[in-house]
Amino acid sequence: MSAQALSQKRNLPRIYALEAKYEFLKLLRLPAYVVPTLAFPLVFYLLFGVAMKHQGPRGTFDLPTYLLATYGAFGVMNCALFGLGVGLAVERGQGWLLFKRATPMPPLAPYAGKLAMCLLFGTIMVTLLFALGATAGGVHLPLSTWLSLAGVQVAGAVPFAAFGLAIGYWAGPNSAPAVINLISLPAAFGSGMWFPIQMMPRLVRNLAQFLPPYHYAQLSLRVLGLDRGEPAARHVAVLVAFTAASMVFAWFGYRRDEGKTFG
Amino acid sequence: MKPTIESDGRPVAELRQAVKRYGPVTAVASIDFAVRPGEVVALLGPNGAGKTTAVQLLLGLVRPSAGEARLFGRDPRSPAARVRAGAMLQIAKVPETLKVKEHLHLISSYYPQPLPEGEVIAAAGLAGLEDRLFGKLSGGQRQRVLFALALCGNPDLLFLDEPTVGLDVESRRVFWGGIEEKAAQGRSVLLTTHYLEEADALADRIVLINRGRIVAEGTPAEIKARAAGRKVRCRTALRLEEVAALTGVHGARRDGELTELFVADAEPVIRELLRRDPGLAALEVRGADLEEAFLALTGAKEKEEKEEVAA
Repeated sequence: MSAQALSQKRNLPRIYALEAKYEFLKLLRLPAYVVPTLAFPLVFYLLFGVAMKHQGPRGTFDLPTYLLATYGAFGVMNCALFGLGVGLAVERGQGWLLFKRATPMPPLAPYAGKLAMCLLFGTIMVTLLFALGATAGGVHLPLSTWLSLAGVQVAGAVPFAAFGLAIGYWAGPNSAPAVINLISLPAAFGSGMWFPIQMMPRLVRNLAQFLPPYHYAQLSLRVLGLDRGEPAARHVAVLVAFTAASMVFAWFGYRRDEGKTFG
Repeated sequence: MKPTIESDGRPVAELRQAVKRYGPVTAVASIDFAVRPGEVVALLGPNGAGKTTAVQLLLGLVRPSAGEARLFGRDPRSPAARVRAGAMLQIAKVPETLKVKEHLHLISSYYPQPLPEGEVIAAAGLAGLEDRLFGKLSGGQRQRVLFALALCGNPDLLFLDEPTVGLDVESRRVFWGGIEEKAAQGRSVLLTTHYLEEADALADRIVLINRGRIVAEGTPAEIKARAAGRKVRCRTALRLEEVAALTGVHGARRDGELTELFVADAEPVIRELLRRDPGLAALEVRGADLEEAFLALTGAKEKEEKEEVAA
């Protein structure tokens, strides 16, 4: 059967849809993924955004509104990093990915499925957080602002999914969660995702420029007019470069993996 | 005469002088072999012989360092070449939070003409387990899911990499039945195993490999005839290397204070042993069983190679 005949006989959109569906179900049934990625940002928001509502820098901005932007970004980032990074490292370690490559699976299907799953979990994350913000946080925004904020935050899953892909190829199934935590927690803190960047010491504020999550958080804050006023193009450029570098890193990891699997 | 799927008789899978090196390790050192339509071939060899690498080369999972691999006449690295193949690989686990039927559903979608789910379930003995999460299955049941995943594309060529390792005798019989059924339909099967008994029971042809090389090839009867012989045990002062080098000795090993020899004909070897070591004692001669014959054959090839190096 020629490659052309093959693509005519199979229903490619159906393959991609099934791949995404089962990626989603696979993680939805895994409390070790769902609880930390979805619950942590919500709990943080309740603790630092809602409970400390009146402790924030008075007059400058509303803390529950501000943290909606940064915890949303933090949550989506974690959904992507853990969903893709740990998922891939585990399936690679188990040999499941190798098995799938022995079938006529469209080569990009598992990656597309995992990316779709990241976007879906990101959407759920943002929806839950916004519901919390609108109720407990008392945040009132025009519908178009809610939607723009959600759009920016969910789109931000893409660069971090790419980085997760690289980690998935370079880290082992057992070390991947630790590697991601070691990178993402300090980076989130230093990027002003947990506490407003304005409240950070000067050194952290200067270093933040080098952290992709900082640029992601600023883009998210920009929707609310709460960013530091840097040009959006710079943030986008950094995130695009970060995505490209992650893909290259992942490609080398893929090549290394291919050379190593033997028995 | 069994029905065959491909009428032109061209190989369904073929390695041509294929070599696979991983850094300094040579997993496959120039192998030439083919699976023809309707044939059940067993790739038999000890652990680390290169069986899995040979399968991975044929499935396009690794690229040959030299030579080439063909699957249905095509480069196996193209997904289209793998449409008529199904594979059961030695993998630790499949995602545990999906149900058996969900796994089958997804993998079936990759194939243009998959086998109906009910047939796959029946063939792999998974009836009643369709809604069970993979993580909740026992070891034998998991192995049967891997078999089902290999079957679901309705393959003309089935790759089975050590399908019965770690299974109890009962589950092994179930697998053998499944393989025989495929063979009876005229499908080709490439099976790797380190059990001679398994190769003997299932295969039309056995390819014996060791250290990345083919050491013998033939029908199970031919392989057994080549290896058939006697086992000589004795206590002797002679060095192992010396007795192993005697004419007619396929293999030799130490067993405690005794020396064990695998030989074609016992008498000439015993005469020579007694001539060299008049103090030889505890002599015992009996027929070698299949596993021992297999050891003798793989061992004999190693000996030849050593002699080649010495010469």
